[in-house]
Amino acid sequence: MGQLKNTTKETIAAYAFLAPNLTGFLIFTSIPVLASLGLSFMRWDLLTAPRFVGIDNFIQLFRDPLFWKYCWNTIYLMLAIPFSISGSLILALALNQKIKGVVFFRTIYFLPTICSGVAIFMLWRLVYNPEFGIFNTMIAKFGEIIGVPLKGPFWLSDEKWAKPALIIMGIWQMVGGYNMILYLAALQGVPRHLYEAAEIDGANSWQKFWAVTWPQISPTTFFIATMSIIGGFQAGFDPAYIMTGGGPNGATTTIIYYIYNHAFEWYHMGYAAAISWVLFLIIFLITLAKWKLFSNEVTY
Amino acid sequence: MPASAAPVKTSAMTEKKVSAAPAIKSKNHYDKKPSQWGRKLCIYAFLILGALTMIAPFFWMLTASLKEPGAVFSYQKAWWHDWVPTTFVWQNYTKALEAVPFARFYLNSIFIVVCTTAGQVITSAMAAYAFARLRFAGRDKIFFAYLATMMIPGAVTMIPVFILLSKLGWINTYKAMILPGIFTAYGTFMLRQFFLTLPKDLEDAAMIDGCSYFGIFWRILLPLSKPALATLTIFTFMGSWMNFMWPLIVVNSEEKFPLPVGLAYFQSLYRTDWTLLMAGSVMMILPILIVFIFGQRYFVEGIKLSGIKG
Repeated sequence: MGQLKNTTKETIAAYAFLAPNLTGFLIFTSIPVLASLGLSFMRWDLLTAPRFVGIDNFIQLFRDPLFWKYCWNTIYLMLAIPFSISGSLILALALNQKIKGVVFFRTIYFLPTICSGVAIFMLWRLVYNPEFGIFNTMIAKFGEIIGVPLKGPFWLSDEKWAKPALIIMGIWQMVGGYNMILYLAALQGVPRHLYEAAEIDGANSWQKFWAVTWPQISPTTFFIATMSIIGGFQAGFDPAYIMTGGGPNGATTTIIYYIYNHAFEWYHMGYAAAISWVLFLIIFLITLAKWKLFSNEVTY
Repeated sequence: MPASAAPVKTSAMTEKKVSAAPAIKSKNHYDKKPSQWGRKLCIYAFLILGALTMIAPFFWMLTASLKEPGAVFSYQKAWWHDWVPTTFVWQNYTKALEAVPFARFYLNSIFIVVCTTAGQVITSAMAAYAFARLRFAGRDKIFFAYLATMMIPGAVTMIPVFILLSKLGWINTYKAMILPGIFTAYGTFMLRQFFLTLPKDLEDAAMIDGCSYFGIFWRILLPLSKPALATLTIFTFMGSWMNFMWPLIVVNSEEKFPLPVGLAYFQSLYRTDWTLLMAGSVMMILPILIVFIFGQRYFVEGIKLSGIKG
């Protein structure tokens, strides 16, 4: 009797604790997920009644050259990931030596992450200004010095250069941020006796890195890489919106920007939902691959 | 600051000791002072170069924000005019403040961020307590539903939530900016994992003494979970402060804009007025910079904590 009463009491308490979060979760996450799936089989402009169209949205999507172009843009822009991860590791290795001012350097490297957002993108729009931006003035100065008139590209307004410009900015933004701090923590967690053993075997610094450090921090590398790729597929809206408006000629429009355009500029709610589900599918497949790979690839 | 510096130093020192001690026995006889010095010098040079690269654009922004409007940026002048402020046109700042209601944007941002963060931390902690410590019918199923949604991109829910809010007539309200940001599966999951690592003895003892569930949650679990709560607070705070896309979607009148949307609006009005735009950017960055410099220890610890789970 008493036992039963206690369990009931516990259940009531549990649901009381759960209620606020669960209500919000249902309203803003789980029901919308289902609604979004339903929407992806419809045409709806919010003004007229929604119309069921089966898988038409998906068929149209796979025939939509713009969708493929923007997928390619998204993947191209992820070129920033390998560069910034290697940079993070190199910075973390340098900071992990016996040096003074670790906190100072770490703080400065973290500035682009902490200040990220609209202000930084506005700043970089100016940095890439063809006439007086940092890059082109430096290129022109360099030309003066070597006696050859050099002119930098038009960066954000040149279809060829807009993506590289965003990649360079992305590397600058990410290199000293979260990933570097995770690497630094990982490096500090490598057991010292492993280095001792390697030294007794006569390993130099280079060998010690590849034989001890790299395998030891591989779980961190794996974590950072997968998170960056998952993030990369959903990225690109804020900088493109502020700096290029997705242009020139769609050169910097990513998947998420395309979803935004369809949903909130042109009110194609069904089509936008369909794109978002394709995006979800991509991320789901990467997550699956991550789970599969996790046991094989990562050395502990 | 010193507290975060300490572990870094000790581990670096012990590692040095390790690399130095066996060196005498093994063949690294040449690993002596001069080469060590050269190595150190290279590392410092590299780190300083990196720091300059990180800081340069900020410095440039500050210089630009203090220039004469119109007469800006010509590389015919000495090169350092672009880098060192030679003029101090503080009116750029007052002009920017007059051009759009920056103070209003600040207040909006602060209000939204505080409500989102408080709501997120409180409701997540409560739900996490239920998941971690209480037994009830359907617990595992509900928890699985939370987990399953964690990898769903925000873009999927964005569209139905927008439609819902517009049906409710909540477009262009603070509610629309705050509420959807509060209930994330991530916060609940992270805190639940943390609660599970805490020993249960104290709670059992308190239970025997007749403490209520709420008492246990409030007086035992929460005080023990300060690092995890701090981490969640920081991440929610930063995410909410920088959030641009969602407010852009749900808000359309100037007096409701949070800072990022306000700044983008400012840019749309003064597209080529660079001195003003940079003054606006400086004003957006400054507060978060101050928060970060004073609280950076918590940021770093929080990031480490979030990365451990993998």
